[in-house]
Amino acid sequence: MKIFATYNIKGGVGKTTAAVNLAYLSAADGFRTLLWDLDPQGAASFLFRVKPRVKGGGKALIRGTRTLDDAIKGTDFDRLDLLPADFTYRNMDLLLGGAATTGTGTKPTRKLARLLKPLAAEYDHVFLDCPPSISLVSENVMHAADVLLVPLIPTTLSVRTLDQLTEFVAGFSGHRPDVRAFFSMVDRRKKLHQEIIATLQSERADVAATPIPALSMIERMSVERAPVTAFAPNSVAARAYRALWSELSKDI
Amino acid sequence: MIAASLREFVADAPAGDDSVAAAALEALSAAFTTAEETGTTTDRLIWLDTFDWRLYRAGLMLRFEQARRGGRLVLSRTDGTQQAEQPVAGWPRRPRLPEDLPDGPVRDRIIVLTSPRALLPLARAVSTASVTRLLNADGKTVARLVTEHTTVTAPGTTAPTAELPARLVVTEVRGYPGQARRAATLLAAVPGLGYASQTVFTAALTALGRHPSDGGPPADQEITATMPAQVAVARLLLRLLDTLELNVDGVLRDIDTEFLHDFRVAVRRTRSALKLLGGVLPADLAGYYGAEFKWLGDLTTPTRDLDVHLLGFDAMAAQLVAASPADLEPLRAFLVRRRAREFRRLARTLRGPRFRAITDDWRKALLEIRDAGGPPRPTAAGLARATTGRAFRKIVAQGAAITPTSAPESLHNLRKRAKELRYLLEFFAPLHDPVSYRKVVSDLKQLQDCLGEFQDSEVQRAEIHALADAMLAEHAGPAATLLAMGEIAAKLALSQAEARAEFAVRFARFAGPAGQERVRVLLEGRP
Repeated sequence: MKIFATYNIKGGVGKTTAAVNLAYLSAADGFRTLLWDLDPQGAASFLFRVKPRVKGGGKALIRGTRTLDDAIKGTDFDRLDLLPADFTYRNMDLLLGGAATTGTGTKPTRKLARLLKPLAAEYDHVFLDCPPSISLVSENVMHAADVLLVPLIPTTLSVRTLDQLTEFVAGFSGHRPDVRAFFSMVDRRKKLHQEIIATLQSERADVAATPIPALSMIERMSVERAPVTAFAPNSVAARAYRALWSELSKDI
Repeated sequence: MIAASLREFVADAPAGDDSVAAAALEALSAAFTTAEETGTTTDRLIWLDTFDWRLYRAGLMLRFEQARRGGRLVLSRTDGTQQAEQPVAGWPRRPRLPEDLPDGPVRDRIIVLTSPRALLPLARAVSTASVTRLLNADGKTVARLVTEHTTVTAPGTTAPTAELPARLVVTEVRGYPGQARRAATLLAAVPGLGYASQTVFTAALTALGRHPSDGGPPADQEITATMPAQVAVARLLLRLLDTLELNVDGVLRDIDTEFLHDFRVAVRRTRSALKLLGGVLPADLAGYYGAEFKWLGDLTTPTRDLDVHLLGFDAMAAQLVAASPADLEPLRAFLVRRRAREFRRLARTLRGPRFRAITDDWRKALLEIRDAGGPPRPTAAGLARATTGRAFRKIVAQGAAITPTSAPESLHNLRKRAKELRYLLEFFAPLHDPVSYRKVVSDLKQLQDCLGEFQDSEVQRAEIHALADAMLAEHAGPAATLLAMGEIAAKLALSQAEARAEFAVRFARFAGPAGQERVRVLLEGRP
């Protein structure tokens, strides 16, 4: 089982749309795929028309009184399942921190990785859609993930963020995820975007060659409530996600 | 009847009439928005089993699902629960031995059940499915309705022979079990739609008129205690003739070695019946056909002997200690060549006029006797008592005379008598009390196994010698092979000595006072 996580400290950079489309493409390629919507806002759950609710909330999942398996919902697409968001995920930091004191013996930063382990027989790929923040949740996600997918808006500041993140992950002892950044919400008309993309792609091997453009078709996902790769498979947006997925899945 | 599943329904409407399916959608619209998926999927599959339904009798069914390239074998329970699957390159038109399948979980599961039988197609099916998604108020798919139209074809024909009634299946979406239940409840109330009482497999077999053989004789071949003995014997012999003829095609097509084996068993039983019961038939019939069936038995012996060698070859090679199994390979090649030659001779003769005349005339003669009736006495029960008692007494007398120094022939003869008794018991099994019958047969079987081991070891040893001579004559046997064959012969001699040592105990159990009492109870009932 390979775990991908879309992560960025900032919100509104295209994490959820990337997670939703890449998970869809993974399933379409024949991989048994699970997407866990860890964001209490529940955008990914909304896009798959699944109610953002887990019986017993995040507490039940983290404490293990309810298994992840039990909370999973099938999406409308073959081989693609969703673990929905729940509003109680907003307290997940507290839950993860508290779990260590309830005698599980697992480090607070490794709790999610442990919870995901039993799903290995059932899924080939798991996508974690993280809420934007630096928190115990994001640290858990980094420890659980094999590949950390970082959407970057081509600005100088976001490049700095990638550096910080890479440095942070390099400090992990033991398992370290591969950090793979990709440009998101790219506006080709902006000179700055073009320059930053060109520079960073030539300087860094961990930045994907495929950028995801800022397109209204991607925004339309919230109207259609489906991945753009599903409802408009021949659109420019869908083609961009497919190119990105094929670039990422080459390394699997 | 028990429903195959509470989510599967069958339309009670002729093929092509979609009114029930339309009514089903109408019923579902009370709780769901429905969205039909574009396009249909078509599955092509072949159900497989051995000639004698070994998988079915073990509660299993095997199907080959054809894919664009190759396909897969899927093993399920007869209720549809999947047990194992494995990919295969394709499925040939001719029958296939499971031993020839690539390694995989299906092969592993079935080989112990099927060996040495081949897998034959039972039926072919082409199934077209369309899917309707059932949506909740958010437009989310919460269940699916799969409508399947299946056409089934009997093996060996190309024209479709039956179209099964449309099957409507509600499939669950993970996390929404209640919605699937709700959909099924709505469908259950649709007129003309009933719970599926059979799996598609069973429905296909029913539609094609194929039924797993239950081993019982047809009604006009059953025997009863009070019927005239002559009629009972004619019925027994007709049943054996049926078995024989049922296996001819499989023998000629060389599908697997069991066809010839079953053919030979039917011949042997016929010969025993003629010898032991032929006295009640019209004059000369038993004498004439006794000779004809002996010819038939002798005709099949060389091929069967070579089959036995080849079937046991790997086990035999695995026993080698001094020699290497590879040393025996020239023997295997030699056996295969000989077998091919002997089989051609056998097939030629079975296609010839003498065999055809035996079976046709024999059937005619038996039908005449059966339909004409016969003298009321002796009855079938009387004949059973007299012949079985006589056969048992003969074994007791012959066996008691055997000492550790007796010649091997004395044990061979006793084996023949034991086989005759076994056949008599089986012929008249419907007339006996089942419990007493099982007890006597179980003792007899133990004795037969011991005598069989003794004689088979000797015969095989003699054959190994003969094969070694033949290989030398044809320059087909390197020294290492002949030495390995010598080791095999030595092992056979050892098995024979062990069987001989075991004989006294087995015989005492069967023919001692307790055994005699069991046979008395079987034939005369309890005092």
